[in-house]
Parts: sequence; structure tokens; C-alpha cells
Amino acid sequence: MSKIKSTEDFEKLQESVNKTRDPERLCITVCSGTGCHAYGCEKVTQAFVEEIRNRDLQDKVDIRTTGCHGFCERGPIVVIHPQEVFYQRVKVEDVADVVSETILKKNIVDRLLYVDPNTGKQIICEKDVPFYKKQRRIIFGNNALIDPTSIDDYIALGGYAALSKVLWEMKPLEVIDVIKKSGLRGRGGGGFPTGRKWEFCRNAEGDRRYVICNADEGDPGAYMDRSLLEGNPHSVLEGMIIGAYAIGSHQGFIYVRNEYPLAVKNVTIAIQQAREYGLLDRDIIGSGFDFEIKITRGGGAFVCGESTALMASLEGKLGEPRAKYVHTVEKGLWDNPTNLNNVETWANVPVIINKGWQWYSDIGTEHSKGTKIFSLVGKINNTGLIEVPMGISLREIIFDIGGGIPEGKKFKAVQTGGPSGGCIPESLLDLLVDFEKLTETGSMMGSGGMIVMDEDTCMVDVAKYFLNFLKEESCGKCVPCREGIRAMLEILTRITEGEGEEGDVELLQELSEVVAETSLCALGGTAPNPVLTTIKYFRDEYEAHIKEKRCPAGVCPALIQYSIDTERCTGCGACVKVCPQEAISGQRKQPHSLDQAKCIKCGACLEVCKFEAVIKR
Amino acid sequence: MNLVLVDDIIARYRWEKAAIIAILQDIQREFNYLPQEALTYAASRLAIPLTQVYSLATFYRAFSLKPRGKHLITVCLGTACHVRGAVRILEKLERELGIKAGETTDDMRVSLETVNCLGACALGPIVVIDGQYHGQMTSVKTDSILKKLRKL
Repeated sequence: MSKIKSTEDFEKLQESVNKTRDPERLCITVCSGTGCHAYGCEKVTQAFVEEIRNRDLQDKVDIRTTGCHGFCERGPIVVIHPQEVFYQRVKVEDVADVVSETILKKNIVDRLLYVDPNTGKQIICEKDVPFYKKQRRIIFGNNALIDPTSIDDYIALGGYAALSKVLWEMKPLEVIDVIKKSGLRGRGGGGFPTGRKWEFCRNAEGDRRYVICNADEGDPGAYMDRSLLEGNPHSVLEGMIIGAYAIGSHQGFIYVRNEYPLAVKNVTIAIQQAREYGLLDRDIIGSGFDFEIKITRGGGAFVCGESTALMASLEGKLGEPRAKYVHTVEKGLWDNPTNLNNVETWANVPVIINKGWQWYSDIGTEHSKGTKIFSLVGKINNTGLIEVPMGISLREIIFDIGGGIPEGKKFKAVQTGGPSGGCIPESLLDLLVDFEKLTETGSMMGSGGMIVMDEDTCMVDVAKYFLNFLKEESCGKCVPCREGIRAMLEILTRITEGEGEEGDVELLQELSEVVAETSLCALGGTAPNPVLTTIKYFRDEYEAHIKEKRCPAGVCPALIQYSIDTERCTGCGACVKVCPQEAISGQRKQPHSLDQAKCIKCGACLEVCKFEAVIKR
Repeated sequence: MNLVLVDDIIARYRWEKAAIIAILQDIQREFNYLPQEALTYAASRLAIPLTQVYSLATFYRAFSLKPRGKHLITVCLGTACHVRGAVRILEKLERELGIKAGETTDDMRVSLETVNCLGACALGPIVVIDGQYHGQMTSVKTDSILKKLRKL
């Protein structure tokens, strides 16, 4: 393939790619996101390849391994195009049936269909599955349609058309104007208007300018950036090149979290392909604009998600933040003007250019435009990645898309914004999700993690969990963050161990104020949020721990006791076998008893008992 | 110790000081940890003070200054795994292996580590053994994977 030197070349390329695509042609897509990988989708793909080869169907059927489809709960996921037949939890043993029935005879394999738990009805097409119905997948949707290692797949769906348009038909300031008018705000957590950031960076003094893609996705429970990079890396690259052109930068970096090897692999391939096509490096699409992108792997430090820490890390230094009296758009990487945006933000850019800012700004609320990808995880029936318009309610997300709470348990809270965010209670479920509304609750949008908690989750324990996380991840440079978080964690640990005292809650609130006000960067500045929101909405749980020495959710080991209900115990001995402490004894077929002095409260007995004879209080 | 490997790694990054973190990552991949000799050598080749290399090696979670075991068990402690009881699984592994998270068994067979989130939350709680994901872990499942691991 010779390099693209003009828009005409690019159009020719589009044509030649499209010629090879037959929308009527059968295609088996197998989701190969990290979630489905963990379920063993590789073996399923391999089985399809062999089955198709054995039946000599290579000429009639394509097999495509795609990025994450989002519905991780039901993996491995297989979708047959063009009919969009949706098969879930597909195993190697199912492959022969899918080929012989669906591919050859257009029959549905009923046992692989998704069953709507509310109606009991089987659903055939992907778009009709309730999980997908209320979503608006303008950024994430293509993941399910393309092989991330194929640039042609991306081009066939209109990829790089926005770049061609920008380079040949728009001036940098026009691009900035479009992004400003679209209302796009940073998807990494801060929510700063993207167009304005670009403008600041463009106007800053300096000879060199850098653009950075922040893919150091550190919030536990958030994995949308990884899924975008893994599943549709070209959309991120295209966004970055457009941004670089608008800002006037010739060097970009993608800073990827160390734990994301597949993302690194797919982006590396994507950069190579873009170079070969003349979409990266020198004289992009013959426009005279040069831009190259380097990939850097992070070192596994959460604080490096903070822009100044990330830039320090890129320079080969400790990932410690600095005070932002001077913003990074003026003095960032190596003291040059630097524009940093998160993966999802970059992926929004080509869509805005293609569809226009008017179209884009029609989606969402007054101050939060477009869509947001959330990872819906925790105590929820439909775990997965969802993309919804801003302004949708939490209730719709959790109950309509997420399918509610497993095992008929009661919803307690949803945690958003990662360790910087907070827990939102049931009374606020009708809240319409956007940047402002989430901040008003004391939580925040963050990068988009949504961890659902049920009645069995202890909110004091959750606050302790996040502080423990932040204590480990605080870089230690400034005292309020390093010492304040440690002191708060000590108090919370005491409370969960039954040593809480009157006044602890007030002390936590006071410490929170100091840590939030005086920390150097956002890590410390927002660290008290999980504590403050749990106190605000679940103070009764704190009181129960402190005053009654009781953990209402039955989580904190020091405050619970396991015992055996002698009426229900059949003496089967299952618990005796699993108890690591030999704390349970009794004769066979006789009710057993549990020695409290030996019990370490590991919960193994409760897990194996089939007769609900183990009681946790 | 084969320091040629270290030279090769540094050369691949064109002797650039700013690439030190990537260089350390590659050294770790080569040796399974960061041997003191390799660090000293890399520092001198790049003309970076050893103290600076040491501070990087101890700041970033990805690095280990101690040799790691033949098998690596990683327990995900992401929020989703946490609310589904990941701590109990970690504690069980610690008890059974007789080591704490971050340590390696005396016979150098197994290292136990934790990770903040693997982003495979549908499978939580998750334990990864030598790159293989084991989802929806329970105490009983932990026993059976440990049994398999002992036979490896």
C-alpha cells in the first residue's frame, strides 16, 4: 500500500475498502475484550475457524474477533451478522451447532439466546436486548463491529474521514471552534471544556507543543478507556491527530497503564498501520502536517493519572504531582505547552467532526453534552460497559440497563468517581447523571466507574477500602495527603474493629476538611469524598459500629459472629472439611457446633452450607 | 549476570535518560525482577545517579527488587471485587501459602500479589494465576486451584 498523499487518494482507499465489503455477507463476530478473554473466547474463536475450514465455508463466511461489546456479564459473546443474532455464554461445544444451524440453515440456536429475566422471553437480536436498548453507543458502538487490528475495518466505517476533512478543509482555529461549540468536556474526571483547553495550549508561548492521551486508567472498577484502546484504537489516534493539528503539535504520547498489555499491543499495531497509510508521521494525507505518536507504559502508580505526575513520569522521573500555579497547557512536558486529554475524550473528537457540533450538542443536558461510557459493576445483574446520553437517570442505568440487583437483594448505594468520588444513596436514584448533578451529591463523574452496592455492603468498610487504597497510592510528597489519609484510615479501622468512640465521626469530618483544602493535587483534594458521602448518607451505619458495636451489613469481621442453627444443621460435615481452624465439631448426622474462640470468621462454612444452617450476625 | 542484555535494552531506547522507566520495565521482564547489579550497571551506562534509579524502582508498583517465584498469583482488589468478597479470598491464599501479599514462598515457587483492578469486573472476585483468569472465586474454588498449582 502506497502512502495517501491527498484527499483523492483517501477517497480511492475508502472506495477500494468498501468494494471488499458486502453488507449481506455472513460474518461471525466474537467479542475478544479482556472480559470475554477471561471467559475463554480465544478457544471459541479457534473452534469457529476450524469448523468453518472443515466445512469449507471460508469463501462464504468471515470470522471477526472484535473489541469489547460491553455486555461482559454474558461472555463469551458471539454475534452473527448481518442478522445481528446475539448468542451469549458460547462455549466451544456450541460452535458446531451455531455453524450447522444458524450459518447454514438460518435457524436459531435457542439455548444460546439471552432470556429477559423480567418477561422470560428469549431475545434474538443484539439491539433488542434490554441491556443495549437504552444505550446510545456513538463512541463505543463500533467496538463490536471492527477487528481492532485492521485499519481497513475502521476505514470501512468512515474512519479517518474526519481527519481528511480537518486537514484539507478546516483551519486549526475552526477545529477548535467546532469542539468548543460541541460542548465536549474532559471525560477523565475533571470535566474541563476540551475546546478551551486546546485553545489555551495553542495560544501558550513556546516553540514545541505536545499532546498526550492519558490512558493511565487507575480508578478501580473503571475499564472503558482500556476497552476503547483495545477495541477501537484508531478512533483514539484519529482524535489525537485532529487535536494536534488544531493545537499545532507535532509530537504526541499515549501513556498506558502497565496492567493493560492488550491495549499496548493493539495501539502499537494501529500506529504502525496508520504510518504505512500515511495517516501519521510526515506529511499526513499530503497536507504538509507532521505528527508522530509514541507509546509509554506506566509504572503502576495511581497518582500518575494526575496530569502533572503523568508528565513527570513521561520525563523519566518520579510520578509526583506539582502545584499548578502555572497550568500544563502553558508549561507541561519538559516545560513546553502540553495538552492532555483522556482516551474517551479523544475518541469523541472524530465523531463531532463527522456529525457536526449541532448534532453532538443536541445530546445531553445543558452543561454536559454528548454521551458517557460507564462501567457498571459490583452487585448488579448485568455487569458491563454502557454508553448512555448525559442526563439519563441513575435508576434507568441501574434497573433498566443493569437489570437491578442479583438474588433479589435491596439496592443500597452506587459509588461513582472512583477513589475521588462518593456513594450515592437510594433516595437520589432519580438523579439525572451529568457533571454538575453528580458533584452536587458530594460525588463526581470521574472517569466513569459505577460500582453498585447492595444491602450486604458495609458503607464504613467501603470508606475504609478507598482510604486504604489512597494511602497506598499517595505519592507522599505533601503532608496533608500522606499523613491525613493515614490518620483517617486509623480512625476508620478502629471503628470497623469495634473500637470506635463518640466524636470519631466529627473528627473524620474535620480531618476531611483539612486534607481536602490543603493537599497539593486532586488525589488528596478529593480523597475525603468516600468518607464524607458515606457519613452524609449512611451515618446510621457509622453510629451502629461506634455505639452498638454492630456491623449492620455483616461485613466487618470483628463485629460479626458465625454460629450454627442446630435445628437446620443436618450434620453433613461439609463445614468441618472447609474450616481452616478446626473450629467446627460434631458427630456425623448430628447438629454441629462452632467454637467462637477458634473462629477466624473466614466465612468458608457459610459458603459451603447447603441447609442455611450457618448464621452470620 | 548477563549484562549484555541490559546493554541491549538501553540501546533499544537510544541511551535516552527519559526512557529510564521503560528500560527498568524491560530489565524486569528479562530477569523477572530488578537485580541490584543490573540497576547499578544501567545507572552508570545512562549516567543517572543510582539513588535516582533506586527511587524510581521503589516508587512504581510494577517493580520488584526481590526475585519473584516461579508462579505468580495475583488477587484483584478492585472495588467490584472488594464488594464481592475479594479480601476473604486473599486472606485464604495468605493462610494456605503461609505468606503475605507481596511475598514469595521460601521455595521460590509462588509469589502472591494484589492488583487494584483488572477490569474484568463481571468475573469478580478474580484471581489470576500465571496469566490465567479464575473468576467468581470462592473458598472452595481457591482450594481446588491451589491443588492444581501444587502439581505444576
